[in-house]
Amino acid sequence: MCGAPKQGGALAGVDLSTQTVIQGSVWHDGSPVAGAYVRLLDATDEFTAEVVTSPEGEFRFFAAPGQWTLRSLSPVGRAERSIAADVGLNETTLAIA
Amino acid sequence: MSRSDVLVTADWAQENLGAPGLVFVEVDEDTSAYDGGHLEGAVKLDWKTDLQDPLRRDFLDKGAFESLLSAKGISNDDTVVLYGGNNNWFAAYAYWYFKIYGHGDVKLVDGGRKKWELDGRPLSKDVVERPATQYSASEPDTSIRAFRDEVVASIGSKNIVDVRSPDEFSGKILAPAHLPQEQSQKGGHVPTAINIPWSKAANEDGTFKSDADLEKLYAEQGFDDSKPTIAYCRIGERSSHTWFVLRELLGKSDVKNYDGSWVEYGSLVGVPIEK
Repeated sequence: MCGAPKQGGALAGVDLSTQTVIQGSVWHDGSPVAGAYVRLLDATDEFTAEVVTSPEGEFRFFAAPGQWTLRSLSPVGRAERSIAADVGLNETTLAIA
Repeated sequence: MSRSDVLVTADWAQENLGAPGLVFVEVDEDTSAYDGGHLEGAVKLDWKTDLQDPLRRDFLDKGAFESLLSAKGISNDDTVVLYGGNNNWFAAYAYWYFKIYGHGDVKLVDGGRKKWELDGRPLSKDVVERPATQYSASEPDTSIRAFRDEVVASIGSKNIVDVRSPDEFSGKILAPAHLPQEQSQKGGHVPTAINIPWSKAANEDGTFKSDADLEKLYAEQGFDDSKPTIAYCRIGERSSHTWFVLRELLGKSDVKNYDGSWVEYGSLVGVPIEK
């Protein structure tokens, strides 16, 4: 498979001793944004993956240790944030101003 | 063949919903998107359960493809208008697949579901029923499909375009980063392949870049117009997106999609790999 699995929910079955998980949620005006497009860009700003947020505004990527950028696109606006990820769980929030 | 023959805008699609002779088809791997709302009158094809052989790693055979399209109510003379999520990856795969089985008129909606949603265009939850047809497919056209031996034989001679992300090309990660990194294959790429990620051919809203921008992109990355081309990714859907760009939008000759892609190549015993 190559489509994104359901976003959010438990990390059951994910081995956090080997996986570098980058996850979080997209917010706007005090509420989570469902159906936002969130893309993960590598250290050279090149596209690596994209998911659509869950009804609770959540997204999740399986990356590798290093520097990444998250960018969200939605009808209510866009947001961007850099993150340095390590093996294990890396959590962040994207706030649309 | 030019852009206007194979690609329609979201505006055109919205104006032509329900037009006779057109069948809108949403193609996704996860069809919950379709179930939550789709273009009015569109039928769905599930990339995995509808388009893959249930046992072997391959397409449906001709008879099974005919049965599928007949059951979906698609006729040979219908114009099939495809769209989907993931920046049209699976819709582009279906486009290539329909061409392998010889469907005449197939188009993609530029930007797919993403642009449609970002534009706030209407979606419907109505159940779509179309009367069954008697679809007749052609014998598979393998001039647009590459198999593993041809890929190995093409090292150093054809354009081999690896359309995965740079981190997959280098072997840093083994799958697109929305999937768990648990694969049995080796990391890396086919020797002499050039890395032109599919994403460089698309704008952020999922629409394709202009022909001029696309020509420039491939030329700058060392694409040689005088050579035949094989595109691959991990399982063949992102490379369908690039196959569509090279053959259908830019009109390059002799372009094949290697749908075995890295999941197959990276598992083969004895083939050369570069990292």
